[in-house]
Amino acid sequence: MTTIKLTLNGREVEAQPGQTILQAALDHNIDIPHLCHDPRLVPTGACRLCLVEIKGQSGLHTSCTRLVEPGLAVETESPAVRASRKNTLELLLSEHRVACTTCDADGGCLLQDYAYRYQAAESRFPNVATPEGRPNYTSGNKGLEYDPSKCVRCHRCVRICAEVVCAEALTMKQRALKSEVATAFDLPLNDSTCELCGQCIDACPTGALVARAAKGLGRAKDLEKVRTTCTYCGVGCQMDLNVNRKLNRIVRVTSEPGCIPNDGNLCVKGRFGFDFVTSPERLTTPLIREGDRLREASWDEALALVGRRLREIRDTHGPDSLAFLSSCRCTNEENYLAQKVARCAGGTNNIDQCATTCHAPSVAGLAAVFGSGAMTNSIGEIKNIQTLFVIGCNATEAHPIVGLEMKKALRRGAKLIVVDPRKTWLAQHADLHIQHRPGTDNFLINAMMNYIIENNLHDPAFIADRCEQFDAYRENLKEYSIDRAAEVCGISPDLIRRAAEMYAKGTPSSIFYTLGITEHTCGTENVQNLGNLAMLCGQIGKESSGVNPLRGQNNVQGGCDMGAIHSVLPGYQKVADEAVRKKFAQAWGVEIPTNKGGRVTDFIEQADSGLLRAFYCFGEDPAMSEPNQDHVVACLKKLEFLVCQEIFMSETAKLAHVILPSTCFAEKDGTFSNTERRVQRVRKAVDPPGLARPDWQILCQVATAMGYPLHYNHPGEIFDEMAALTPSYAGISYARIDQVGLQWPCPAKDHPGTRYLHEGRFTRGRGLFHVIKFRPPAENPDRDYPLILSTGRTLYHYNIGNMTRKSGAIDQKEPANFVEINSADAAKFGLAADDNARITTRRGSIVAAARVGERVRQGTIWMPFHFVESSTNLLTNDAFDNITRTAEYKCCAARIEKA
Amino acid sequence: MSVSTMAPLEPALKVIADLAPVTEGRIIPLLQKLQEAYGYLPRDVVLEVVRRTGLPASRVFGVATFYSQFRLTPGGRHTVRCCRGTACHVRGSKAVLSAVKSHLAIDDGETTPDLKFSLETVACLGTCFLAPVIMVDNDYFGSMTPGGIKKVLDAYQ
Repeated sequence: MTTIKLTLNGREVEAQPGQTILQAALDHNIDIPHLCHDPRLVPTGACRLCLVEIKGQSGLHTSCTRLVEPGLAVETESPAVRASRKNTLELLLSEHRVACTTCDADGGCLLQDYAYRYQAAESRFPNVATPEGRPNYTSGNKGLEYDPSKCVRCHRCVRICAEVVCAEALTMKQRALKSEVATAFDLPLNDSTCELCGQCIDACPTGALVARAAKGLGRAKDLEKVRTTCTYCGVGCQMDLNVNRKLNRIVRVTSEPGCIPNDGNLCVKGRFGFDFVTSPERLTTPLIREGDRLREASWDEALALVGRRLREIRDTHGPDSLAFLSSCRCTNEENYLAQKVARCAGGTNNIDQCATTCHAPSVAGLAAVFGSGAMTNSIGEIKNIQTLFVIGCNATEAHPIVGLEMKKALRRGAKLIVVDPRKTWLAQHADLHIQHRPGTDNFLINAMMNYIIENNLHDPAFIADRCEQFDAYRENLKEYSIDRAAEVCGISPDLIRRAAEMYAKGTPSSIFYTLGITEHTCGTENVQNLGNLAMLCGQIGKESSGVNPLRGQNNVQGGCDMGAIHSVLPGYQKVADEAVRKKFAQAWGVEIPTNKGGRVTDFIEQADSGLLRAFYCFGEDPAMSEPNQDHVVACLKKLEFLVCQEIFMSETAKLAHVILPSTCFAEKDGTFSNTERRVQRVRKAVDPPGLARPDWQILCQVATAMGYPLHYNHPGEIFDEMAALTPSYAGISYARIDQVGLQWPCPAKDHPGTRYLHEGRFTRGRGLFHVIKFRPPAENPDRDYPLILSTGRTLYHYNIGNMTRKSGAIDQKEPANFVEINSADAAKFGLAADDNARITTRRGSIVAAARVGERVRQGTIWMPFHFVESSTNLLTNDAFDNITRTAEYKCCAARIEKA
Repeated sequence: MSVSTMAPLEPALKVIADLAPVTEGRIIPLLQKLQEAYGYLPRDVVLEVVRRTGLPASRVFGVATFYSQFRLTPGGRHTVRCCRGTACHVRGSKAVLSAVKSHLAIDDGETTPDLKFSLETVACLGTCFLAPVIMVDNDYFGSMTPGGIKKVLDAYQ
């Protein structure tokens, strides 16, 4: 693209075509003042501060709306411009309650900066600011506070809510002096369509919108921003923890437009989900069990006990008698250490992490089809997709910032196919919503592929050049007609045809899926079948086109990459490969164990059978997160020795013999790998509470106590050791990812990282078509349990809820468990909206509030699993994927009645 | 809010049907027709309309509060419009307005508690030769004085 040359304040600069004068100036460090401009928003030219003079053109021009043209000569600080700005600012100040002395925005307020810069007088015009303290839509809200007396009516909050978040909660009501930000009919914020993302706070150029809980804890100028990676979902948003050093406390969370991958956007969890860091419930000292109670202990005593007991059990009962559960909440460095400790100190391949609970079928399934088990494309490519095929994936709630990118694609005209038993936000805005019966995905996909082949919509050249085993695969599909699929899936046949055509013809199309695909007894087969679909249509190996599992936890990609899996070492190098074992044995100074090892669901069963005696669990809570909770707890109670390394007294920790207090993401250094394989820095912002220690230090000390001395001075040393042993990470170092993360594979120090996988060639060589037969869920509705229960994540809470539920703002919005039920079913079972409903399965029974409506299809109910006092996993079925042992959280038979 | 306390929905449904498809570009005609049907814009009716049409409630509310022609509360049986245009101002409309306000004991934009009168100020009624002028419903009253207000308004039931 040719650049455009223009002159800014006498200096010739180059700008991109389509850029505004303001953007070009900012790019060249010429700071034109602006209150209503935000690079994420459509320009409005409302604030009149960015006015500039253009030579040869009369009057002043808003630089945020004027595009650059060749030869323009722009003056950004001429006397006329400065006089106009001073005047505008003085008018703004006449409507502003100037209260900088008590304002949280002091030092971070654009109005204050510009008033100073142009020496605007506060009192030139009589002050007509809205009186202070009148009730408004944020009154009583624990997240936000709006003060119209400080509002400059720039509309940035209203526009970001509408244009970027698409929540449409805010508007500007009334006009002229009376105008102020409001919700529809002044509804309280939490009763509006607000998603509590707090984007409006970040967008506000003054102190009119603030995080209520942060008030008085530090002015903008008192706070130090620590750039780090969000600790919630796998999107890996870059955020700034605003720390008050005097208080050793995170006061608020902000982000910066332009940062990768989230462009300054955060969701409710990233913005408000940090109260847990300073929670009084944090564990602050090691605890040792004595009978029924836990007593405080010193680190020396606790570590010595852990080392001695694990050593004894290992030496007496062999490698299968102890197991380690690593944590995808923790860093790459810690996951690398966890598997190293398990293998070197524990002498066992019994190492796993939470991927077994969620995306292990993605890792296994995609590796089988393509040779690499990760998201094939990047978050930044989503906006250019033409057809999104979203199946079993509620991105706007579970991965909200990826959801924003999907919304961006829709605004740019993308087509959207959503396959989901629930009417999610995406489903409501889809061109096609296939609201199928839970657990029938493979029938649907097979029928789509059959139709695609029958109608010559596939890509024979791609199949011939890049894939293998097509014929057997094709033969299998013949059993799957559109009409039979319509019957099995409970949907209209026409919908399947249209979806097949739309996906096959998209240029480009891309598949997104999450746990609606993986958490089935056929989870791995579901994943493999999505791989089949992409290869059939040649919709993979290109920009904006591929198969994209959105990873659930902040570092579940990294946990897997680091080899916290029984069968692989870091970088998915197979334990079974003797050369690999030799390489690691040389580096680590001990033989790599060869026992088969298992997954967390195996560990629980082996605890029951007595094979497993010692279990080391860190940053995970299987007693809360695994299906059939009562049974899990009973199994864990049989363990001889259970160690929990935790930040809170989790349900599992309550059963432990030793508890080691550890640190959260804000208290240590390291890296997370996000869902698009981007390795990003995690930075220490505050000191840990009490005696809590970083997980990487604890792991080293445990290994040492077990007789395998380990010591590092800093997580960077661990990373370098790992990178030297892991080809896909070999080119990555802390120095290279200081500003922006790198996407693996990144095999060399000068390699730029990889935006999308499988270009020209699949990682395994040829893409392998799989023959997939439809298998129904393990448990189906019957007379006693007539409904299908699915579980999932909500926008507001994260997994077991022990972090997000400590946020006052989030708790106010989503305080308790609920069950979604179709209104026809509600009538049938005698339930009205908000009734307490009793939900019962063959495994347990709990009570939750009924949300009656059309969000779920008839015959199904849906529940989140965040609420310990009404724990949904008491209900779920411990039936597992045949390959990865991932549980079928998405389908079990249930009944419901009024409680 | 329960549906039972709501104004009847049928007129709104007819408005939606007449205007279909109700896009964002038609928010103003939508609100005009709703106000025609109900005399004002009842909150529950508007919220139900936005639910059915998919329009953002916030944006509809923003439009409804921006234009003075829309009212979110029931108006009086009679509307008093006080002209505050230049000609009327010069001829003493400020005092006339004050007299109307004190006679009805309401402010600009408000309605008397008995729902008899609503009061609006307007920039010009286009009848400057009658200045200062007020209008009650469709009737003009020219050369008004503060003292003449009571007689004019008392004639309305």
